[in-house]
Formats: sequence, C-alpha cells, structure tokens
Amino acid sequence: MIPILFIVSILIFFFTHLIPGDPARLVAGKDATLEEVNIIRAELGLDKPIWDQYITYMSNLFQGDLGTSLKTGLPVSEMFADRFMPSIYLTFMSMGWALLLGLLIGTLSAVFKNKWPDYLGMVTAVSGISMPGFWLGLILIQIFSVQLGWFPTGGAESWKSYILPSLTLGAGIMSMLARFTRSSLLETLRADFIRTGRAKGLKESVVIPKHALRNSLIPVVTIAGLQFGFLLGGSVVVETVFSFPGMGRLLIDSIAFRDYPVIQAEMLLFSIEFILVNLIVDIMYSMLNPKIRYAS
Amino acid sequence: MEIIKEVNAYTPVIPKKKYSPVKEFFKNWKKQKTAFWASIFILLLIIIAIIGPYIAPYDPYEPDYNSTLQGPSKEHWAGTDEYGRDIFSRLLVGSRISLGVSFLAVFLGAAGGILLGLISGYFGGWLDRIIMRGSDVMFAFPDLLLAIAIVAILGPGLTNVVIAVSIFSIPSFARLVRGSTLEGKETVFVEAAKSMGASHRRIMFKHIFPETLGSLIVFITMRIGTAILAASSLSFLGLGASPETPDWGAMLSIGRDYLGTASHVVMMPGLAIFLTVLAFNLVGDGLRDVLDPKTKNE
Repeated sequence: MIPILFIVSILIFFFTHLIPGDPARLVAGKDATLEEVNIIRAELGLDKPIWDQYITYMSNLFQGDLGTSLKTGLPVSEMFADRFMPSIYLTFMSMGWALLLGLLIGTLSAVFKNKWPDYLGMVTAVSGISMPGFWLGLILIQIFSVQLGWFPTGGAESWKSYILPSLTLGAGIMSMLARFTRSSLLETLRADFIRTGRAKGLKESVVIPKHALRNSLIPVVTIAGLQFGFLLGGSVVVETVFSFPGMGRLLIDSIAFRDYPVIQAEMLLFSIEFILVNLIVDIMYSMLNPKIRYAS
Repeated sequence: MEIIKEVNAYTPVIPKKKYSPVKEFFKNWKKQKTAFWASIFILLLIIIAIIGPYIAPYDPYEPDYNSTLQGPSKEHWAGTDEYGRDIFSRLLVGSRISLGVSFLAVFLGAAGGILLGLISGYFGGWLDRIIMRGSDVMFAFPDLLLAIAIVAILGPGLTNVVIAVSIFSIPSFARLVRGSTLEGKETVFVEAAKSMGASHRRIMFKHIFPETLGSLIVFITMRIGTAILAASSLSFLGLGASPETPDWGAMLSIGRDYLGTASHVVMMPGLAIFLTVLAFNLVGDGLRDVLDPKTKNE
C-alpha cells in the first residue's frame, strides 16, 4: 500500500504541474508586469526544479501542510476543514442507503424468485445502474424540492439537505448490491445446510436472515467496498447538482480556476481514502469468511 | 449380408450440417427476449447516429427566439430549448456524439488493455509485475475522478474526454485479458503450437486471444454503458462538449437552469442517456448468459 501511495503522490504532483497555464500569472492577475509575476513565482517556489518542488511538497505534507490555494490564498487544509466532514457524511449516508435498500431488494427478489417482487426489484436494480446520477438528482429536486417542498434544493444546512443527494449518490451502488445479494442468496439457498435447516423444521424467518443471508454477505461486502470509489467519483457530480459544499464541488471549482495545490491535495486525499477503504474491505472479508481467517 | 445390414442399422447418423457457432449464438440469443429487444434498440440507435443529421426535422443549431422553452407538441416532439432549438433534432444529432465518443473510448481502452493483458499474462516475470503494479496505481484512483483529472490536465473538449475515458478503461481490460491469458497459456493447444515452433506473437493473437473473446465481448458491451455515463458526466460538469454542441450531457447541464419552468429540457436528454445505457447493460447481461455463463454469478 505504501509504495502505491508513494507512486500515486509522484504521479499526482507531476501531472498537476502539466495543467496548462502559469499559476504565478494566475495569482498575479492579468495586468501584472513580468517582474511581479517572477516575484510571485519565487514566492510560490515555482522557480525551483520540479523534483525540488516535489521534495518540499512532500516534507510539508508530512507536517500537515497541504499548500496554499492560489484562488483564495487560504491554506488548503483550512479549505478542506469545512468541506471534508459534509462529504464524508454524504458518502457514508449514501453507502447506508445503498446497503439497506440493496440488501432488502436483493433478499426479496431471491426469496420471491420469478414472482412480481423479483421482477420489480430487478427492474429497479438495472434502472438504477443505468441512470445518470445527475439526471436522477435533478428529477428528485423537481419532485421533492420544487413540487412537494419537502427538502431543500441544495446546501448542507440541516440533515434534510443530505437526504436527496445521498439517495442520488447511493442509487447506483444500491442497484449493484441488490443484484449481487440476489444471486449470492439464490446460490446459498441451494446449499445443503439450508436444506438441513428447513428439514429440521426451522421457520423461513429464521432460515433466510440467520442462515442464508449471513452466508451470502461475503461477496456483497466485497462489492460494497470496491464500489466505494464509485461514491467518491459520483460525489463530484452529485455535489455539483445539489450545490453541496463538499470536496467534490471544490474539485470542480478548483479545476475551473486551475488551482493546482487544491487539485493536487484533493486527488491525493481521494486516493488515500480509496486505498484505505479497499484495505478495510480486505480485513472485513477475512473477518466475515472463517475459511480465509483460519488459512491465514 | 444380414450382419452388415444390422451393423448399418446401428451406425450413428452423422448430421450433414456443419456445427456453426454463429448460428448457435443467434439461436440462444433469440431466447434472451429482453436482451434481444435491447439489441434491436441499439441497432436502431446506431442507424440514427449515422443518418441522424439527415433525418432531423429542424437544424439542431438554429435558434428560434419565437418558440423558446416550449413543451412537447406536434411540431416539436421533444419540445424546444432556451434558444428555441428543436430538442428532438438535437437528440438525433447528439446520438452520433454520445455513441461515437463512448465507442471510440472503449475501443481504444480495450485495444490498450488487451495488448497489455496479453503481454503481462503470456510473458509473466518482470513485465507482468510492472504492468500489474501500473494498473494497481491506476486502480488507486476512482474511475470518474481519474477521468476528471486527465481532462483537467488536457483541457476540456470531446477529444480529451475520449482520451480520459479510454485511459481509465485500460487497467480493467488488462486485468481481464491477463486472467484469461494465464489460463490459456496452460492449455494443450498452446503447448502444441509452441512445440511446432509458433512465434510468441502467433500464439498470443491466434491461439490465446480468441479464447478471451467471449468474456471480452460481454465486458466491452458493459463498458460502453459506463463510458456513455462517464462522458455525459464530464460534459455535465462542463469538462466535455462545449455548451452549444448537441451532446446529451451538455444539453442536460444547460437545461438544469430551467428545471422549474421547462423540465422537458432536462428530462428528454436524460431519458436518452438512460435508455441507451439501459439497453447496453441489458445486452451485456444477455451476452454474458449466452457467451460467458460461468461468470453469471460473479
């Protein structure tokens, strides 16, 4: 994990420096003289060789200094402070919806295989995967905010502001989880230990949640974790639709201004988050699956 | 004579018709009702993408300030936008952009991924390690974020969207093909080809690659849906097509300002994206059942 993070940091640093446009000119303004631009370039350390800039960047990073925004002049860490937590809440709430609804739809579809709840569930699932997040978000705004007035159209002022964006963001994963839960549960329901349970006279309300669902969860958890990246990417779009003051929207605003210290820090943070979640999934996978736990 | 007659009676009748995998495929394909109709829909879309500009009832770029933001009617089947342009005509012309961008991006991504996957799986060793670590690094970025980062570096525009989407597709294809290559290179026919002195290139492309085709076709179909979503997301964020282009994502992006007053401006292009991606996903599902049934539950 650490070597990958190291390579990722190098890639992000060098590629953000490939973004067209001169950051010193951007800070100095259009009317600044060449001398003024050069002074700012020296202040920002941009006159040094690129490897030197990378070493300075990394040593600052280890001290918690993510650089200074070219647009606002504020430390990047300060800009992240207000936006990081709302984005985290949004991401986890989306995953919560996705797990809750995905498991529910998947379980109902498997239990009522080839009956109307199954068809309805799978139509919902395949539609959810195919629906562009920004379109779903706009439909939800139109119905629940504009027409019914139940939720605000944007912002992150109260818990109500999180409902529509998190539903939008979670829809894709919810659909994926529903499909995986269904196929995994159908496979488990064919297993011998389920037949034994039923033969013992156990009720379906015990067999399904206690025996079958628990054993079907392993692939579902893996998929949920792997799809976490989908949430991070999707949050950029959803936060733009809902004018949500989070990390995703900040990234888009920063790209528009070529605010590369912010872009750099955000990309790095997103990658760390993504790699960490994958690591947690690996650990959870071995915790859920005794075969792997005992083998290791 | 009697004995010969008896033997003839038990001789199995060898069918004269030769086994044709293509015919077998179509026979099975027709059984996949939903996927079959979705494939017809895609075929229609491809035809529309080719002839769209010629059959569009209005000029998709021509503004008509006397009929701005009109709802769907006999004259304008999908209504008009903020400049009075016919949305239906823009959707027809836009199909070429949306399908073109995603097809090209997936094709390029698949080409790069297949080549890397074959090399990595076939040769193994340090080449395999380098390619796989490279793909690990690329997997460290969520798909859409990687595309956003690439477009941020290259600048907005459809060409750069194609490059971005194809780059983020490469590692997935490489992983898939590497797995099949590792399996394929252990087969008896590859061993036979090697013993007959076939070159590495011949073994990779003539013997191993055809074996991966089934799962590749399924994956390509699924990736086209993903590519359409990614490309339209980039256009929606203002990083793809320019606002005046009749790209479905760009149309939706501009339309959101009129959500409260003329929701059809948002609904129509969204519906076009949704139905197209849905069709590709359904066809992908169907193809998987026919071509690659072993991955059905994976």
